[in-house]
Amino acid sequence: MLGEAGCREIAESVLAASPAEETEVFIESGRSALTRFANNVIHQNVAEEGLQVSVRVVTEGRTARATTNKTDKESLQRAAEQALAIARWQPEDPDLLPMLGPQRYTPVARVDAKTTELTPQDRALAIRMVVDRAERSGLTAAGVYSSSHGCQALANSRGLFAYHEETRAEFSLTCMNDGGSGWAKANFVSAGQLAIEELAERACQKALANREPRELPPGRYTVILEPAAVLDLVGFLFYDFAATAVTDQRSCFTGRIGQRIFGENISLWDDVYHPLQTGSAWDGEGVPRQKVTLVERGVVRNLVYGRVAAKKAGREPTGHGMLLPNEYGEAPLNLVFAGGETSLEEMVRTTERGVHVTRLWYIREVDPYEKILTGMTRDGTFLVVDGRIQHAVRNLRFNQSLIEMLNHVVQLGPAVRAAGEESFEMVVPAMKVSDFNFTEVTKY
Amino acid sequence: MMREWAGWALDTAQVRGATYADVRVVDTRARGLSTKNGKVGTVAESESLGLGVRVIADGAWGFASTDRLTREQIEATAAEAVAIARASARVKKADVVLAPEQQITAVWQTPYEKNPFEVSLDAQMNLLFAVDKELRGVVGVTLAETNMSFTRLEQFFASSEGSEIRQVKMISGAGLAATSFANNEIQKRSYPNSFGGQFAAAGYELIERLQLVEHARRVGEEAVALHKADQCPSGRRTLILDSSQLALQIHESIGHPIELDRVLGMEANFAGMSFLTLDKLGTLRYGADIVNVVADARLEHGPGLGTFGYDDEGVPAQCIDIIKDGRFVGYLSSRETAPAIGLRRSGGTMRAESWNRIPLIRMTNVSLLPGTWTLADLLADTDDAIYCETNRSWSIDDRRYHFQFGTEIAWEIKGGKKTRMLKNPSYSGITTEFWGSCDAICDRSHWTLWGTPNCGKGQPMQTMGTGHGAAPARFRNVLVGVAYAR
Repeated sequence: MLGEAGCREIAESVLAASPAEETEVFIESGRSALTRFANNVIHQNVAEEGLQVSVRVVTEGRTARATTNKTDKESLQRAAEQALAIARWQPEDPDLLPMLGPQRYTPVARVDAKTTELTPQDRALAIRMVVDRAERSGLTAAGVYSSSHGCQALANSRGLFAYHEETRAEFSLTCMNDGGSGWAKANFVSAGQLAIEELAERACQKALANREPRELPPGRYTVILEPAAVLDLVGFLFYDFAATAVTDQRSCFTGRIGQRIFGENISLWDDVYHPLQTGSAWDGEGVPRQKVTLVERGVVRNLVYGRVAAKKAGREPTGHGMLLPNEYGEAPLNLVFAGGETSLEEMVRTTERGVHVTRLWYIREVDPYEKILTGMTRDGTFLVVDGRIQHAVRNLRFNQSLIEMLNHVVQLGPAVRAAGEESFEMVVPAMKVSDFNFTEVTKY
Repeated sequence: MMREWAGWALDTAQVRGATYADVRVVDTRARGLSTKNGKVGTVAESESLGLGVRVIADGAWGFASTDRLTREQIEATAAEAVAIARASARVKKADVVLAPEQQITAVWQTPYEKNPFEVSLDAQMNLLFAVDKELRGVVGVTLAETNMSFTRLEQFFASSEGSEIRQVKMISGAGLAATSFANNEIQKRSYPNSFGGQFAAAGYELIERLQLVEHARRVGEEAVALHKADQCPSGRRTLILDSSQLALQIHESIGHPIELDRVLGMEANFAGMSFLTLDKLGTLRYGADIVNVVADARLEHGPGLGTFGYDDEGVPAQCIDIIKDGRFVGYLSSRETAPAIGLRRSGGTMRAESWNRIPLIRMTNVSLLPGTWTLADLLADTDDAIYCETNRSWSIDDRRYHFQFGTEIAWEIKGGKKTRMLKNPSYSGITTEFWGSCDAICDRSHWTLWGTPNCGKGQPMQTMGTGHGAAPARFRNVLVGVAYAR
């Protein structure tokens, strides 16, 4: 991995060689490794080292980008010249802003030394332990254990320099028997936070409980959504909070800013500085990220703004811009939902009749304005009757408006860092939701 | 240099104890252009060069990759791959065994007429702006989007079994979309397909043949007209799908479940498994007698995103029968998985996104073979149906059995004629029941080999292009409209 000094060296080399009026360099570099297992054996095991140098230039009110992974002087200079050549072909962009000068960033600590030292043997040992646990219960295990250490830097010809370094570790596990399956997953800055034994125990217990699923007729049910299921649903909202999406009239918040569209128990904000969040303290334009209250007691209060969207709206940029040029503007990447105090066990205990959902799968947007989503339950769906889990049920398809769902939240669990498959990680609570719309059922 | 780099890696892997090794050096160049409401959206060029080494040592797999192409770093990367394989061997039941494959020395290239990187950016941007102008000329279009992209991928493959294969692949694609927001409703139409348009193993000639400018106004007008269209009804109906929607139906409900790695549980934690368990090979009735599906990577099938000379294990492109006269007869396989179903040779479907990813079983061109109907005859033969066009949403369970699709637009067919426009159409069903209900497929004159550029699979995630040939087809007694039913 390049590190800060290496990034500076490359950035300075590009800036010195660039013939453009203004030049910006974005550098990504890192090492990552990932071990996959299935059928109780390791079947894929990979490591990767790489970097990218991406150069954006401005000339006569036009901008363009060229990217390379070659770091010799000639290649870097060629990237700058290529970006300039592309830029010259374009019409002038009246919205283009001058690049930012030097900025001050709030430090975020996102590197765990032990995670940088994780070896293939360490991952194999952990997987051996998990497979042994699964086999003791007669289960088959499949999953992934990965770690990475990477850095990003943004520099420009006006003197801005931003640097970020981060480690990540992830463990995901599915345990299966003849009839059903169970699942657990975690993703943190540090491998030590993964609690792999606990994940293994949870996935095994879930698989054992999820045998011989029975068919439940589709219809409206009270559902208890574990945090991973909540994450993969609410994750579909993230781009709707972009000011550019509202301007383009493709956000579900178009015409709804300032209105109460969710229940009063729903509040969320974007906060990269939250202790359970990850990511850099600056955005793709070099603007320091700010904490932004997006929804307060069900009312959409704010959007996030890149520099161009902010100027058009007469506001300050919030530090959520993407690398330029792009057509999307900005997006909040560090969503944090307000949680409650109800445990999953209490949600089950207080449910007369409902469905407990471990995770969801293949969620897609059916209607962009009413925010109707469809998808399936997966890896542990259970019928709850009179405060107790009765039995496993076959996986169900839902067609559910997210706006309606967030008006029907009756209980909230503590907000945790959740990991799913449809969305990047966020801080969300488990939720008990009334009138959730299951429309069909599959055969297993 | 590519051959020399590969040689250093192969030598080191074997010295370190690998019983098998292959190396891919990949050099990629890409260009992406887009516009939004009369302005440039994205304009970017990129290049990437690197090397990946895949080995078997102690009977288990290891892979490492780097973009620092010095001899010292390449040898260190090969040594790392072997060390990783030895760690894999700590959690194994049996040694990996590969189906035998012939030693090959070959050069292969995507045929194309016009190199898109030699067409001026000026011409490309002017075309996108001309399309954009047409779209925005329609009153009620609130968002006009166009895009165009090109990728040239040069790859050198070498294996410890002596194969050396150089391939150059060219991929081009373009599309347009009109979005209309009115009365608290967002409607969208796309051409020639949604999610980026049409993509093929071709040069700039593809873009010229798409006639983007000529179609833009109609697309914009349909997006606006959808606001006044009736809601698609719900219930059991006869369904006719246009070829692009049928291509995605094939992708999700045939292409993915026939991946043998998925069937064998190798994707169980992430992408899921398949309802096509091994006992179903040769016995399952997948569809009606008229349903015939192949996985064909050969050039003679067409310039699909699944067209190549050799896969990323050095196996030559093949045509595999998947569904023959409605019966399930074949999986997509690799050198490791083929022996599991008694095959003596891989089906040649392993592909990797780039130098830094391992090859996985990927769909090639999984296509529904043409039938015998003209579209005019098929519509005339239909009393009452919903005709759906252009995908809007797609979802299928983790065994690829229960699905739901939404399309951008539909028309009601009454008495053999296309009548009123319908908005927000959707349909759902069980894979084998759906394909079993197919009673008419249009002929080759209506058949298009669609490119799906964004198929995700594996961890780390890999995005791959796949091809799907289809002509409009009719399905009976399909559940329609559930997505919006309240």
